[in-house]
Amino acid sequence: MIEIDCRGLSCPIPVLRTKKAVEKNPSEEFQIIVDTSVTKDNVKRFLTSRAYEVTEEKPLGDAVVILARRRK
Amino acid sequence: MNMWLKENLLIISTGAAIGVLALLLTAGGNPKNMGFCIACFERDIAGAVGLHRADAVQYIRPEIIGIVLGAMGAALIFRELRPQGGSSPLLRFLLGAFTMTGALVFLGCPLRMIIRLGSGDMNALLALAGFCAGIFVGVLFLRAGFNFGRSSPQSLSNSLILPAMVIILLVLLLAKPAFLFFSSRGPGSQHAFWLFSLCAGALVGFLGQRSRFCAAGGIRDTFLIGDTLLLRGLVAMLLAVLLGNIFFVQGGFHAGFAMQPVAHSSHLWNFSGMVVVGIAAVMLGGCPFRQLVLAGSGNTDSALTVLGMTVGAGIAHNFMLTAKPDSADAAGNLIAGGPGIYGQIFIFAAIIVLLLVGIANREK
Repeated sequence: MIEIDCRGLSCPIPVLRTKKAVEKNPSEEFQIIVDTSVTKDNVKRFLTSRAYEVTEEKPLGDAVVILARRRK
Repeated sequence: MNMWLKENLLIISTGAAIGVLALLLTAGGNPKNMGFCIACFERDIAGAVGLHRADAVQYIRPEIIGIVLGAMGAALIFRELRPQGGSSPLLRFLLGAFTMTGALVFLGCPLRMIIRLGSGDMNALLALAGFCAGIFVGVLFLRAGFNFGRSSPQSLSNSLILPAMVIILLVLLLAKPAFLFFSSRGPGSQHAFWLFSLCAGALVGFLGQRSRFCAAGGIRDTFLIGDTLLLRGLVAMLLAVLLGNIFFVQGGFHAGFAMQPVAHSSHLWNFSGMVVVGIAAVMLGGCPFRQLVLAGSGNTDSALTVLGMTVGAGIAHNFMLTAKPDSADAAGNLIAGGPGIYGQIFIFAAIIVLLLVGIANREK
């Protein structure tokens, strides 16, 4: 499980970090921490476009943790 | 409704609403091709409160007030008001001022660029090329690890400052105290009825907060990750203006370079002014419109960018950095407008400084 902490980062940097991480380790599972709904929507849209599925979304204080893995 | 449809409907309706309302605002009295222009409007506000003395461009534009309050309303309703800031605030202020000066060398923000394009002003094509080139440079910096640093949660009071300021501006607009400046000639004297401008601004501010519409973001995301969602909003806006001009506005579409409304035909400066706006917009995370929307949603970094743009307008006019529109002499010969030597030097210097800022703010 690779963690990407995007808290406090403004768009498009969270998407860019997620992109770099999934390109480097395509078969890994990812845990992405985001703290605005804009970032959450953008990261989820990016993951979907790259054939990843969001398996879970859970709150973490004021932030949200997105769990994602490659679609089978 | 599924996510794809919802996102597309929202972004396309925001773009179309900005385009249609821009034409209606011009029909209602705003200057030609200036139904919406974030840079021009903030510059007019800067003039009204005495930050510059260019007497043709002084008015408190209710559209700006509406955009901030509309975005704030949407953020409150959908529980997205997040007091957040502290990511390189002074650099953002500086880049806000650069954005304003670049826009005033072209004579318009990215929204006005699209409006001008949709009315046949071919100078906006050069500006669009410059804007895309600037965004491309910004994207190269992003790929190389450019980052202004993390923001952190702020107290709510921080987020209320800019909305409070625009409410005070609205009171001042209605009360018209003697210490303010209002143009009696030129673009600053041309405006739609204040309540219409305010409501139009509030509607696009609301929609902009929901759809994340951003003139720079659409082009940036296309270059960066091949995501064209935001770009569809920009295309919808262009089509709304273009079709509206062709079918509903008499003489609304007039293709050409010379003597376009509040525009100049100095190609190099239309291009390079928007290079500055493009690079800065990527570094700031959004175009001038998006900065207003984010400021209304609680982002104090964006609020500081808006203030940087407003102060930048004062400096740009006081230091003679802005461009003059095309004009004609008594015999009807074209006198090409454009920036003077100070504006030209400034644009060159601004591009150098932006490149240095990009290099200095790469994450290791």
